[in-house]
Amino acid sequence: MRKTLLRGMRLIDPATATDERIDLLIADGVIATRGAGIEADQETRIIEFSGAVVAPGLVDMHVHLREPGREDEETIESGTRAAVHGGITTLAAMPNTEPTIDTPSWVEYIRSRGKLAAVHPIAAITVGREGKALAPLAELARAGAVAFSDDGCSVADANVMRKALQYASMIERTIIAHCEDQALVGAGAVNEGLASTRSGLSPIPAAAEETIVARDILLAGSVGARLHIAHVSTRGSVELVRRAKADGVAVTSETCPHYFCLTDDDVRSYNTSTRVNPPLRSADDVEAIREGLRDGTIDAVASDHAPHSLEEKQVEFDAAPPGMIGMETLLPLTITHMVDTGILSLGKAIALMTVGPARALGITAGTLETGAAADVVIFDPKSTVEVTSDWFRSLSKNSPFIGSTLSGRVLMTIHDGQVVFEEDLGTAEGSGEDHGKRAAESNELVVGV
Amino acid sequence: MNWTRKHLLGLEGIERDEIITILDTASKFREILDRPVKKVPTLRGITIVNLFFESSTRTRMSFELAEKRLSADVLNFSASTSSLKKGETLRDTARNIEAMKVDMVVMRHPSPGAPHFLADHIDGSIINAGDGPHEHPTQALLDLYTMREYVGNLQGKRVTIVGDILHSRVARSDIWGLKALGADVTVCGPSTFIPSEVERLGVTVTHDIRDATVNADIVNVLRIQKERQSGGFLPSLREYSTLFGINAARVKEMKPDVLIMHPGPINRGVEIACDVADGDHSVILEQVTNGVAVRMAMLYLLSMVQASKRVEESDIIAEVSA
Repeated sequence: MRKTLLRGMRLIDPATATDERIDLLIADGVIATRGAGIEADQETRIIEFSGAVVAPGLVDMHVHLREPGREDEETIESGTRAAVHGGITTLAAMPNTEPTIDTPSWVEYIRSRGKLAAVHPIAAITVGREGKALAPLAELARAGAVAFSDDGCSVADANVMRKALQYASMIERTIIAHCEDQALVGAGAVNEGLASTRSGLSPIPAAAEETIVARDILLAGSVGARLHIAHVSTRGSVELVRRAKADGVAVTSETCPHYFCLTDDDVRSYNTSTRVNPPLRSADDVEAIREGLRDGTIDAVASDHAPHSLEEKQVEFDAAPPGMIGMETLLPLTITHMVDTGILSLGKAIALMTVGPARALGITAGTLETGAAADVVIFDPKSTVEVTSDWFRSLSKNSPFIGSTLSGRVLMTIHDGQVVFEEDLGTAEGSGEDHGKRAAESNELVVGV
Repeated sequence: MNWTRKHLLGLEGIERDEIITILDTASKFREILDRPVKKVPTLRGITIVNLFFESSTRTRMSFELAEKRLSADVLNFSASTSSLKKGETLRDTARNIEAMKVDMVVMRHPSPGAPHFLADHIDGSIINAGDGPHEHPTQALLDLYTMREYVGNLQGKRVTIVGDILHSRVARSDIWGLKALGADVTVCGPSTFIPSEVERLGVTVTHDIRDATVNADIVNVLRIQKERQSGGFLPSLREYSTLFGINAARVKEMKPDVLIMHPGPINRGVEIACDVADGDHSVILEQVTNGVAVRMAMLYLLSMVQASKRVEESDIIAEVSA
């Protein structure tokens, strides 16, 4: 029996309200024991990093893996490799692939392909994500669909959405709503405000998001369904969710790092990696998102990892598809912009990337309690990473964070007791300079397009 | 001389001194246009591409004329043969232009930021000849030139821009340029045509045409695109004309020496009445003539930056070979 002992590091497990320096023993792929001074036998691999934190493997509830259909941009294999590089051991994959994940066999396919990390398929709400006929939600759930979403667009027809919520509540699954009124979005590319006025890019008003957030909250409340609002980006949406929670509606919500660390001012570079749906918002919206994370209105930080090829992104801003990659920068961005700034405790930040999303999805993950699957991330919150295009394991490189230095370096990721990612610390010192130089060059190619 | 920029991508962030340099240079070229022989050898041996991804008659003609008056070699690439239709990316278009060793590119494109993209990918100088609703710096410069010609120093002068501010690259460039020169700028139009938070650019917003124009020194009237009616921005062009159209009765209420401008092409009877467009206050055709001079000045200034760069490079080569 292979055992691993994580020794003498700070263990943070928000699900069990733990934050102390204790040992953790992994055996048979599960958390066997936790406590001080656990003895190791000959067979046991001992892992200790000074200054490191041991936390549950992160849960990213909003990921686009692009398989099937666009394997040039990402595959389940490359996507999970990127995930574990970012400390993520559980991810939920959105169904807007080609074809759409709207049949049980596709759900089984996605679920079975995740080796390095657990991949939970999210299936479509409607057939082909066309917003018309309901997909076979019960069969999809039985095949392993963890939730339902037409992510990429809203279900425009309120009656179809209401029926979906009713039906999903019968099978106790969450509907994840992408909230954007397509008529209000129109040909818009950036947030309406000073950014659109200055850049000349077509505006998307905050109301495009908020009207659908409000609608879906009302619909979910009226039929008693579980609703999760994806990528909340505006002050108004935060306030709607806050009020709904106070009113007892079964609503949860997520935001993404780019909505608390970038603003619509960043689109002025015309860097197509800053084009995302919903668009980057104003500084005031960022303030509200941060407050929503602090007070628990927002339950999860998810990446909305959206890989796009260089060919698709090296075009005019308004011709570029929206989206940026994000799994590998999820933890460092959250630490740098939310923890190091004093807005969130490290424990709260980890909760937003572990137990928070796990509860929103209704899955067992994101905890280090005894008996749980041994999904663990070990990271150094003080150690920095230089984000370069070479640093990403994702097949796509569309990140606006290339060129930045972030705190929070993942040292090791363990999934089901197996080490699935290990930072190469031994050679980092010697080859660092050379690596940096190469990275700087490739950097130039990607940034500024 | 106060010009060191390699490109002219927009007027946002431009300094007062830079604008003065351009306008002073333009006035020298303006004199040439009144001579019997209107051609000078200034840009002999310089190759310029007019890269137009969107149809334009007068801007392209104005640039072409400016280039020919300066004896540059001119290539035209227009939307009908556009790379977009062939599925070529802007990046490849840029690389092809680069491979042809072109010195300057004049670019018109429907997407904001397209000239900025090109500037990142090629060696030559770029002049933005209009990128969607973003900027149209040479139009604003010719507007400033014309205004200065008539009213002198623009510091504290009241300039009103009327019309579809939201979709107007001319309005944006005018605002940046006018603010740099210290003018008081008012924008006026229906609420659906006023860009969000435009006040933060330092302008006053009003929907009352009388308030906007009665004390103005200059009224710049923007073209109303007919498709805005179908786009839901306006109930009808007739209603627009009733509320915001500049007609003789309105001009009578304005200052006796008010200057009426329009970037063209005019929709007679929509945003401006015939008798105003052709009347005593109108300087619309003067703007067209000045446009050639301003573009000559811009091409000249950018070529000087390129030339000084070439001198530096040849110094380096000389040093290396010595």
